[in-house]
Amino acid sequence: MSQAVARSGQDDDIAAGLREVVDDWSADQEVFRHTHWGKAMMWIFLLSDTFIFSCFLTAYMTMRTSATLPWPNAAEVFALTIGGQSIPLILIAIMTFVLISSSGTMAMAVNFGYRRDRKKTAALMVATALFGAMFVGMQAFEWTKLIEEGVRPWGNPMGAPQFGASFFMITGFHGFHVTCGVIMLLIIARKVFRGDYDRSGDYSAVEIGGLYWHFVDLVWVFIFAFFYLW
Amino acid sequence: MNHEVTSTQQTEAAHESGQQHPIGLYLKVWGYLFVLSAMSYAVDYFEVQGIMRWILIVTFMLMKAGLIVSIFMHMAWERLSLAYAILVPPLVLLVLVRIMVYESDYIFWTRAIFMDGGG
Repeated sequence: MSQAVARSGQDDDIAAGLREVVDDWSADQEVFRHTHWGKAMMWIFLLSDTFIFSCFLTAYMTMRTSATLPWPNAAEVFALTIGGQSIPLILIAIMTFVLISSSGTMAMAVNFGYRRDRKKTAALMVATALFGAMFVGMQAFEWTKLIEEGVRPWGNPMGAPQFGASFFMITGFHGFHVTCGVIMLLIIARKVFRGDYDRSGDYSAVEIGGLYWHFVDLVWVFIFAFFYLW
Repeated sequence: MNHEVTSTQQTEAAHESGQQHPIGLYLKVWGYLFVLSAMSYAVDYFEVQGIMRWILIVTFMLMKAGLIVSIFMHMAWERLSLAYAILVPPLVLLVLVRIMVYESDYIFWTRAIFMDGGG
């Protein structure tokens, strides 16, 4: 109700919005009572995950700025030779597009979930999981390539030894998240297809799973910018 | 951006147990994310250097993050108490980043001066 007031573009938009926040927090009961409990809990989990990834990225910043040896040039390290031509960072760019596409299909799956469209929701979730599996596959390829080139967590032939530690830790933890996400998506997609949520009348699991998946994409946005492009 | 997505018929629909937005909205955001990613890749491909590189990378990054959180994760339509509870705490990370900037500067000079540039 008050959400409509806050969003309707009236002059006292902000005042009404803040009043709603104060009401929610001071009402001496659950703050998130208007929100599905699973969704609120997923958001709080994602908040804690934000801090974990931020610790990794801050540690990476600290290691990189305190390294006395030159930092390896990501554009060259992650270049691929296609058709006799070396294209910088091309694999990472493709991985980025794959992950964004998976987020797109997931957003549409959530939308069809709201509409109780069982088959389309399940199909789009499977498509999302396939994009995710493709991403993990390319990451495995990238790891293999770097390990063959002699990159280790304690050193590498290109420069600062801290490079390997940050690379394996950050992309490894992210890849682990993607892998868990793929498994979760397939489980939920199966339940959607079987009609479990039609019987319970509650499609929230699709949206909650979607939140997690979009978060994985969100983290990649930051890794892409700070680790690969910086 | 916000005007398109908060038009009245969408906010009204948001009161039901779920939310109804036209599929076109998601395709549009998908398109924006593709363009922004392509642009940040272009920054690297054309080897933009110096302060301009950092400004462009961070701008595209924040625009992408904003689109994902507000539209794909539906934060734009959540109650404000939830939005504030989730979006405000990460701001303290800026304090950590600032502390670590000083720390790494100190370590760098310690290594450079006392460890012959190694260590």
